[in-house]
Amino acid sequence: MLHYFLKRLLSLSLSLVAASIVIFLALEVVPGDPAAYMLGLNAQEDTLQALREELGLTGSIFQRYLSWAGGLLVGDFGISYTYRTPVSEMIGDRLWVSLPLAIYALTLSTLIAFPAGIWAASRRGSAADASVMGVTQLGVAIPNFWFAMLMVLVFAINLRWFSAGGFPGWDAGFFAGMKALTLPAIALALPQASILTRVMRSSLLDTLSEDFIRTARAKGLTKGQALWRHAVRNALIPVLTILGLQFSFLLAGAIIIENVFFLPGLGRLVFQSISARDLIVVESVVMLLVFAVIIVNFAVDMAYAWVDPRLRRRR
Amino acid sequence: MSLLSIENLSLSIHGIPVLKDVSMQVAPGRILGVIGESGSGKSMSAFSVMQLLPNGTSCSGNISLAGQDVLTLGERDLCRIRGRDVGMVFQEPMTALNPLQTIGAQVAETILVHENVSKSEAMVRAAEALRRAELPQDKFPLSRYPHELSGGQRQRVVIAMAIALRPKLLIADEPTTALDVTTQAQILELLKKLVSEDNMGLMLISHDLAVVADLADDLVIMKNGEVVEAGPTDTVFRTMQHPYSKALLAASNHVPDREGLVQETPLLKVQNVVRDYVTHTHGWWGKTVHFRAVNTVSFEIKKGESLGLVGESGCGKSTLTRAILGLEEVQGGEILFDGQPVFTHHHANIAVRRRMQVVFQDPYGSFNPRWKVERLITEPFHLLDNPPKGAERDRTIAGALESVGLTAEDRHKYIHEFSGGQRQRIAIARALIIKPDLIILDEAVSALDVSVRAQVLDLLADLSDRLDLTYLFISHDLSVVRSITDRVLVMKSGEIVEEGPTGAVFDAPKHDYTKQLVAAAPVLPADITAA
Amino acid sequence: MSVLFHSRTLLPGLFLSLVFVAAALISLAWVPYDTTVLNIANRMKLPSWEHWLGTDQFGRDILSMIMVGARTSIAVALVAVGIGMSVGVPLGLAAAARKGGWLDEIIMRANDLVFAFPSLLIAVMITAVFGASALNAIIAIGIFNIPVFARLTRGAALSLWNRDYILAARVAGKGPARISLEHILPNVANLLIVQGTIQFSLGILAEAGLSYVGLGAQPPTASWGRMLADSQTMISLAPHLALFPGLAILLTVLGLNLMGDGLRDILDPKLRRARV
Repeated sequence: MLHYFLKRLLSLSLSLVAASIVIFLALEVVPGDPAAYMLGLNAQEDTLQALREELGLTGSIFQRYLSWAGGLLVGDFGISYTYRTPVSEMIGDRLWVSLPLAIYALTLSTLIAFPAGIWAASRRGSAADASVMGVTQLGVAIPNFWFAMLMVLVFAINLRWFSAGGFPGWDAGFFAGMKALTLPAIALALPQASILTRVMRSSLLDTLSEDFIRTARAKGLTKGQALWRHAVRNALIPVLTILGLQFSFLLAGAIIIENVFFLPGLGRLVFQSISARDLIVVESVVMLLVFAVIIVNFAVDMAYAWVDPRLRRRR
Repeated sequence: MSLLSIENLSLSIHGIPVLKDVSMQVAPGRILGVIGESGSGKSMSAFSVMQLLPNGTSCSGNISLAGQDVLTLGERDLCRIRGRDVGMVFQEPMTALNPLQTIGAQVAETILVHENVSKSEAMVRAAEALRRAELPQDKFPLSRYPHELSGGQRQRVVIAMAIALRPKLLIADEPTTALDVTTQAQILELLKKLVSEDNMGLMLISHDLAVVADLADDLVIMKNGEVVEAGPTDTVFRTMQHPYSKALLAASNHVPDREGLVQETPLLKVQNVVRDYVTHTHGWWGKTVHFRAVNTVSFEIKKGESLGLVGESGCGKSTLTRAILGLEEVQGGEILFDGQPVFTHHHANIAVRRRMQVVFQDPYGSFNPRWKVERLITEPFHLLDNPPKGAERDRTIAGALESVGLTAEDRHKYIHEFSGGQRQRIAIARALIIKPDLIILDEAVSALDVSVRAQVLDLLADLSDRLDLTYLFISHDLSVVRSITDRVLVMKSGEIVEEGPTGAVFDAPKHDYTKQLVAAAPVLPADITAA
Repeated sequence: MSVLFHSRTLLPGLFLSLVFVAAALISLAWVPYDTTVLNIANRMKLPSWEHWLGTDQFGRDILSMIMVGARTSIAVALVAVGIGMSVGVPLGLAAAARKGGWLDEIIMRANDLVFAFPSLLIAVMITAVFGASALNAIIAIGIFNIPVFARLTRGAALSLWNRDYILAARVAGKGPARISLEHILPNVANLLIVQGTIQFSLGILAEAGLSYVGLGAQPPTASWGRMLADSQTMISLAPHLALFPGLAILLTVLGLNLMGDGLRDILDPKLRRARV
């Protein structure tokens, strides 16, 4: 198990390094001179040089990469060009909006999808199964931000159960904060849950047709017992894979949905920065989000080993 | 008093009849053998006792198990019976166990489902069941997972699960078909022992007449969903009535007619061949671990000869085959075909390769499902400098198909339109089409039904005489090897442990392993074959 | 032809998708009203005979905008799938042909790396440097499609490489490239067609998301996502502004998904159970 963990940790580190190189190349090397890019076409050479020095853009590509990456490790994300404040301060608060939103949505979608998928698979071919398939077929086709807009229309504007947007800040209390995140989380969770339900259902159906389920029935287990004691855990493995992949979509979705609800998260930050041509901020936010995706996939890899003993032993 | 009594069982799936009026009995302490080829309905009969049938099945008739008619019971009662009064062992041990649970937990589950005992007591009894199945705790602790066990060991776990509650009846559906010959013998012995220990009834389903003849007290022969012959084993073998049973027996014993003219010149020379695989690299910094699949193997095949290669799975015969065919380079030694090396400077010698062809085991996996027969059998043309075109090509294709007993018209069909035996014929046609000197038959008849197998062996014998072919015949089935080869090599763990004329090696084996193999191989008793 | 009826979902899906494809194609030649012209006097009209779906806050005819938007979404998604397939499939075949070799390792590692970047983030990076446009949306979505097809092709190809008929082809002297083309590719084609349809529908959703946040096709080119963004402030006054573009996205994606399911049923009944 330790060997597996270390191997995955190494893989994780390499992925982070590779991702950081890609981001650095895309946002600091490709645009040519980042200072010229940020200041625009008519900038003077001495202004450019001053900006370069201020933002630490002097030196060879290799040096700049190392200082940037080194800064990341200690939490120094550089200075924003637009606001002249440390990026880490700008990110800090907003991270605590986007991240809880993503986790909230992930939890909701898992809580809905797993029982729904299992229920549909165990009643395959019945009206219940057909209705689950029908609902999920719609769910995967709905754009989550449109669904969010509709929910705002119904629940916030008409029914007034929730506010139409905005975030009071965690200082206003945990529940107040969560209430503000609820509609967005539901909007995100619906398509996710639909996909996960279908994956859970198909994985479970596949598992139920395996030989060892027949062996279990031959021992005297009822269909239900065979399902819960043998099939479900085996069916989880492909579902875990999808869960890991979906997290990156979930984050992207969270970024977009912040626009519907006027949430002060990383989404608004990054879009404003693109308009303001503030590459430093864009760089940091993208790195952070990719980091989150890689970490989640690492967690999924660890979960595999917990579920499947075949992975634990050294081969 | 019979334990299990099936009377006039008829079964259909979605309206299609599968079993017609099937009757058979199993008495306590006696073994009933159910013989049939694929599609005979033998497995369905077994599954109907357990009522583990696919959706859309309907049964009529009477299945009486220890007094109760199984067909009238509800699911609740059936769950009570399964595992407690009747246990079942299946054909594929590699997939029969839940890979995520320990073997101890899986065996204990049988007990926990039926009896109200504590988990620890169930584990103790599970340990006992595993011990009876010859998996003692000191070597196989209860915390083992299935992927840590071999096929034979997994089958023993399945048996332990089935007998844990000492059921009255055990059903074994082709329990040894997927296992090696020596393992097969051990498992069958185990079953025999368990039957006598518990005075259990055993319903043993198989396609192999020899396996059943050895073990069964009573016999039932099935064909197309019907019972064609039934009775005590001795009686059935001596006084066979039904033409099908006679044909089956004849096919099991069948020895094709072969002249087998052997010339003295060696065609293939394998000298000190060594083949290593890299199995494991410890991280990016550790040393690589090699596995020696073929260890200094040397032998010769003479022109016109049919040489057998016998060995169990993992002995290296597939690796050796690929090396001979020029698909993989060897790490040591040399392979010469008619004096020419198969590999020169890391490249396979095309001139040599076009004189060797191969027929594989699986008639269903050896053809691209999207290609027509015509394209399939002409694939070896790729090895020729000047492949035939136009009218000559048509003639070659027709010739190849006709020489294996098919028609020239078959070239336009897709492979799925043919049966297993026909597909193997097409595989042989593919091997013949560029007129090779040597054909390697890698378990080429192992996946075929007995009667079809006899026909294909006849075809192979005929072809070798007519076309002056040399064969390397690889098989794990000693009776098949005996019937079609002149000399035989016995291979174990990458080495040739014995070689010699086939009859001599099998009748008077010298090496311990050969003795083991010969002893384990099920044979029809001499008086039956004489009849 | 009758095989088209074997699946209950293929025909409805095909029909639904064709409606929007037709709308897109027709829009190349003709739209009811010019979408680039603002007509403030005509703004916020509800659906009527003159404007079947009404007008938006700038007086533009919504039906026309939906038709042009169909063109945008379909074009972007289609080319993105094209990029994904034309680069990803050969990579997957190459990786499978030399499994365990350095090529396989590199391709798999590159795949994993790209997977860490959702297409939104790729789009963010591209637009930060090059500005927002439909082309950049195509590239962003296309880049993300590459590892999807590479991984799928590699997985399917690997399971086929073990088959005996591949060994037979090798015995016939054929090399890995030829085998990949003659044997492997035709046998994975069905899987690729089904996945292509799915990626197409995902591409439409992705394009909508990108245009919604302003990273896709820029005005005056109409796009469904942009229409939704514009409608947001008016949503309580004129819900129809948000309703129709959203429905358009929903129905197109639904149609494609149904078609994908239907194709799966027909092309490979074995996959039927694996329907996701």
